[in-house]
Amino acid sequence: MTRPAALQVTTPTDRELMMTRVFDAPPGMVFDALTTPDLMKRWLLGPPGWTMPVCEVDLRVGGKYRYVWQNADGRKMGMGGTFKEIVRPSRIVATEMYEDYWTGGETLVTTELVETRGKTTLRTTVRYASREARDAAIQMGATKGLEASYDRLEELLQA
Amino acid sequence: MKPSGYALDATFAALADPTRRAILARLADGEATVTELAAPFAMSQPAISKHLKVLERAGLITRGREAQRRPRKLEPRPLAEATDWIERYRRIWEANFKRLDAVLQELKNKQKKAVDALLEDVKPKPKKRRFK
Repeated sequence: MTRPAALQVTTPTDRELMMTRVFDAPPGMVFDALTTPDLMKRWLLGPPGWTMPVCEVDLRVGGKYRYVWQNADGRKMGMGGTFKEIVRPSRIVATEMYEDYWTGGETLVTTELVETRGKTTLRTTVRYASREARDAAIQMGATKGLEASYDRLEELLQA
Repeated sequence: MKPSGYALDATFAALADPTRRAILARLADGEATVTELAAPFAMSQPAISKHLKVLERAGLITRGREAQRRPRKLEPRPLAEATDWIERYRRIWEANFKRLDAVLQELKNKQKKAVDALLEDVKPKPKKRRFK
């Protein structure tokens, strides 16, 4: 790897998607940035033009969270779930489900933080509950309507 | 052609295995027979044939017409659809994580300032202050 911070996205099984990324901060700090609403609203935004007006996190096992994103046209996208495991600063397991167009079912998201010499490797594994859910996710990702947003993102990344 | 969810599902399942990914990497250099494909692996020809069937069902490879050799050939389209989807996902998260880098840097600066202020309080006051 030439860039240690580069994001890796792989498909370890036909129902899983795995993301790995290294951050130049200790795990406790990364854990807090992943779970504190005031901090999350600053980075967990997706394509350009979207903000995160709602970010509610009840960080305990059985506790719920809910996020709502909104774009400049007022279009909203909501998502929520329940925490299944919380081990600060090394592990979070939570269910995840989109509110409107994603009817395929819940996904189980496992977040693992591993420290190496003061840096943190963040590994997120998204496990789709069913083949239908996986198909719904893929169909959504393949939607052409999103392309304009990604083009803007491309410009931003090249700037 | 519009990508279908089921086709992509078969593609991802086919790609989940390291032997099958190695076979695809080999075929990216040009067509090859089953014997040629089996050569670099410590596997029997029937075992390799099984992997080839999975790749064929996913539409990732096809068989050539030559009756004797039946060389396998890479079909680039399904692979491109699958990587396109992953690439979009990757871009969104890379943008998120770049913002997270900035948030973490700010937290580190704040923490350093707090620690410095604390150390400033406890250390004996020097006779000459270099700054200020």
